[in-house]
Formats: sequence, C-alpha cells, structure tokens
Amino acid sequence: MTRGQRLSAWLLLAALAAPLALAGEIPRDQRRSGADFMAPETRAMQADDTANPAMLWVLEGDALWREPAGAAGQSCADCHGDTAESMRGVAARHPAFDEASGRPIDLQGRINQCRAERQSAEPFPPEDDRLLALTAYVARQSLGLPADPPDDPRLVPFQENGRHLFERRIGQLNLSCADCHDDHWGGRLGGAPIPQAHPTGYPLYRLEWQTLGSLQRRLRNCMTGVRAETPSFGAPDFVDLELYLMRRAEGLPLEAPGVRP
Amino acid sequence: MLAAMLILPTLPAFGQESARRGVVPYEVEGDGIVRPLTGAPGDPNRGAALAADRQKSLCVLCHPGPFPDQHLHGTLAPDLAGVGKRLTEAQIRLRVVDNKRLNPETIMPAFHRVTDDPTVAAAWRGRPILGAGEVEDIVAWLSTLKE
Ligand code: HEC
Ligand code: HEC
Ligand code: HEC
Repeated sequence: MTRGQRLSAWLLLAALAAPLALAGEIPRDQRRSGADFMAPETRAMQADDTANPAMLWVLEGDALWREPAGAAGQSCADCHGDTAESMRGVAARHPAFDEASGRPIDLQGRINQCRAERQSAEPFPPEDDRLLALTAYVARQSLGLPADPPDDPRLVPFQENGRHLFERRIGQLNLSCADCHDDHWGGRLGGAPIPQAHPTGYPLYRLEWQTLGSLQRRLRNCMTGVRAETPSFGAPDFVDLELYLMRRAEGLPLEAPGVRP
Repeated sequence: MLAAMLILPTLPAFGQESARRGVVPYEVEGDGIVRPLTGAPGDPNRGAALAADRQKSLCVLCHPGPFPDQHLHGTLAPDLAGVGKRLTEAQIRLRVVDNKRLNPETIMPAFHRVTDDPTVAAAWRGRPILGAGEVEDIVAWLSTLKE
C-alpha cells in the first residue's frame, strides 16, 4: 500500500467505526467509578470492610453458599466448591449469554436459575435478602477485577437494545439516561453529583435505602425520578440495560458490594 | 435563535383534547408568549416558593438562582439571577411553558405540555408538570429578578 492508500483505508475504517461511538459516550480514559463522586466519609465506609454495612450480607451469603436447599438437598458449595476459585471473575463477565433462554442473563438471574433448576428450590423473589446476600458474596470474589463483558456476538442485539433504552428520552420529564450520565456527569442535580452510571459496585448498600439493593432497584430509582414507567424486576429490558452498562464500564475495577449515599 | 424561530411552524392549535387535560391554549409570537395563560395575574411570592420546591417545579434540580437552600441547587443550567433583565416576560413565559419549541435538544422539560408518550408513569400521564396558574406565578417571580 502507498501512503495515500493507507491513509484512505484508515479514513474509511474511521468512517465505518464512527457510528458505533455515541455522541456523548465517555472516553475510556475518563471513566470513573461512582465512588469517586462521593463524600470522603462514604468512600472510607466502602473501603473498610469493618465499616461497610454490605459486608453483613457477604457473611450471610457465605453461610447460604454452604446450606443445602431444595428437593435436591444440595448446596451451592456441593457443586461449585471454593468460591474464591470457582466464582472469581464471574461477576465481571455478567450479564452473559444464557443458552437456555437464548438471551442475556445477569448474575442474580444466574444464581436464581441454579437455585430453581439445579437445587430444585423455589427461586428467590426480587430484592430478597438471601438473593442479595448470595449475589454480593459471589460478586465479592471479583473485587478489583476489570469489568470484562463477553465478546459474544449473540449478545450484540441485546446490548444495542440496552443502548437504545439508555439514549431514548422517557417519562414526564422527557430525559434520557445519557442526558445525565453521558452529557452531564460531574454536574450537580439539585446538589447531588451526577455519576457516570457504572454498574460495578452492585449489589450495594445505599444509605438512602438503609439496606442492600440490586442494580435494577437503582435503575428504577432513576426512572421514577424522571416520572417514567418502570419495567418489573427481572424484565428483559432491565437485563439489556445492565448489559449495555457493563459494556460502558469495560475496564473499570469491580467494587461490589459498594456503598452509596 | 431567530433562525430557529423561523423554521418553527405556526402554533395555534391546541385541540380541545389538550385543553381538557389541563393545558390551556396559547399563542407563540417570535420567541415568546405575550398573552398570559390565565386571566388573573401571577403572584411572585407564590412563584418564588414554587420555583424553590424541588419536588413540584424541579427548577432547582438544574438551575442555580436566588434560592434559599444554596447547597441544594443544580449546576446544569444558567443561573436564574438576573433573568428578568436578560429576557422579557413573554420570552420567560415561553421558556417555562415549552422550552423545547426553541431548542428541541434541551434537557429542560416542557412544563405546560402533554404528550402521548407511553413511557410516562401512569400517575403523571395526561397531565402537564405545571398548571397554567403555576406557570404564571413562576413567570411573575422570574420577571422580578432584575439583578
Ligand atoms: C436527571 C438526571 C438523571 C437521569 C435522567 C438518570 N439518572 Fe441515573 N443517577 C442520577 C443521579 C443524580 C445519581 C446519583 C444519585 C445519588 O447519589 O443520590 C444516579 C445514579 C445512577 C446509577 C448508580 C451509579 C453508582 O455509581 O452507583 C446508575 C447505574 C444510574 N444512575 C443509571 C441510570 C439509568 C440506566 C438511567 C436511565 C433509565 C438513569 N440513570 C437516568 C441522575 C440521573
Ligand atoms: C447441582 C449442581 C449445582 C448447584 C447445586 C448449583 N449450581 Fe451453579 N452451576 C452449576 C452448573 C453445572 C453451572 C454451569 C456451568 C457452566 O455453564 O459453565 C452453574 C453455573 C453457575 C454460575 C455461573 C458461573 C459462570 O462461570 O458463569 C453461578 C454464578 C452459579 N452457578 C451460582 C450458584 C449458586 C449461588 C448456587 C447456590 C444457590 C448454585 N450455583 C448451585 C451447577 C450447580
Ligand atoms: C432538567 C434540567 C432543567 C430543569 C428541571 C429546568 N430547567 Fe430551565 N433550563 C435548563 C437548561 C439546560 C437551560 C438552557 C437553555 C436550553 O437548554 O435551551 C434552561 C433555560 C432556562 C431559562 C432561560 C434562561 C436564560 O438565561 O436564558 C429559564 C427562564 C428557565 N430555564 C427557567 C426554568 C424554570 C422556571 C424551571 C422550573 C419550573 C426550570 N427552568 C427547570 C434546564 C432545566
């Protein structure tokens, strides 16, 4: 190739790649955890296991992991053994493609799937403390690992739907997630700093909730804030949105279970 | 701004449908709404209280301004201090009623408009964020902000 040919090939590539980038998408080197926007006391609370209230759920998750359940009378540990090994990195690559349903499944969904299908036990209802505890316990095994969404072509259409949901304006206030989290992060909404909306700390302890909550619960808060309808817990749209958020957060270290104001 | 106005369609029509849903008809002239939405004049004191109410009017979520709780206001929009000097009452009215007519991309919600958007939560569907009287109260207050 001559220099000119190389240049035009490059320009063509750039032109092809361009539509993939969002107008306001956050460049990789500017991605920051929600924790960066918190007051120093709240950051300290998250960083110190003895002060982080979410660690109570991790302890409970550890106990549940070993407890036989359901008709099969088997515990998670019976099949998965030591979490530090078997569950390391699992949270960093969820949502992942689920063969059974032919669509993405998030970590909570995966845990409930094992509970229903492999333990033959009643699945936990949304926001159930035991489900949150197991999810926090499993997610904790990925502490510090970079968010690593799977490069699975079967996920692409769902991720694109997630992006669409992130960018479309909704609710009586007619705002999109991107309006705040891509275009105005770092600004203040009525005194509260707007974070970049990364999913890497979930499930987490929110001081406002006074309990542990899932990412979906957080997303519902934002939807309610703009006076929009919220999908029900576990709805496919939620999982697609989670998938897109994980792609946006690619490379950021996992910090679950986090603390937020 | 002028160019934006020229390409806007003339906006007479507010079907009786919307009138029934709590949006009163109004007429856009230039980049403003000259005629008040209500017969009774707005009350600037009520407007001040309403504009500072983050749940009801939401203005402080985005705008800094001469509000009592200084640390609770947003930084996403221009400071409302002095807006009564920068803009005429008619211009302020259109911006509060439906700023999207001037700038479809703006993040500022259209406060006196109703759409058929199915994503609006049931509790808010078919209702404008602010009623005509509330808009007039806020416009009256903003018009007093001369510095
Ligand atoms: C009007 C602005 C606004 C809109 C629109 C909005 N959010 Fe948020 N979001 C916020 C603010 C402010 C916070 C932080 C809240 C707090 O700390 O109290 C937040 C928090 C979050 C978080 C938590 C981040 C963390 O580090 O814990 C996620 C995730 C999130 N939003 C996703 C979304 C999604 C998805 C949408 C669209 C459905 C959305 N948001 C719409 C303002 C917004
Ligand atoms: C009867 C055996 C069995 C039991 C009991 C069981 N699982 Fe599983 N689990 C599996 C198998 C098999 C897979 C699929 C592994 C694969 O597809 O690579 C799996 C997958 C998973 C995954 C996804 C792992 C990955 O690498 O993506 C998670 C998370 C998980 N299980 C959590 C749990 C939890 C939590 C419990 C207890 C509530 C549990 N499992 C109980 C057998 C079991
Ligand atoms: C979601 C954020 C948001 C909310 C809520 C909001 N605004 Fe705005 N407003 C803006 C932005 C951004 C602008 C800048 C102009 C634009 O985007 O077109 C603006 C512009 C204005 C202007 C024109 C200011 C100037 O100096 O030109 C006025 C007046 C105004 N807003 C009044 C209000 C009032 C009154 C309320 C509450 C009833 C309100 N706004 C609520 C975001 C908001």
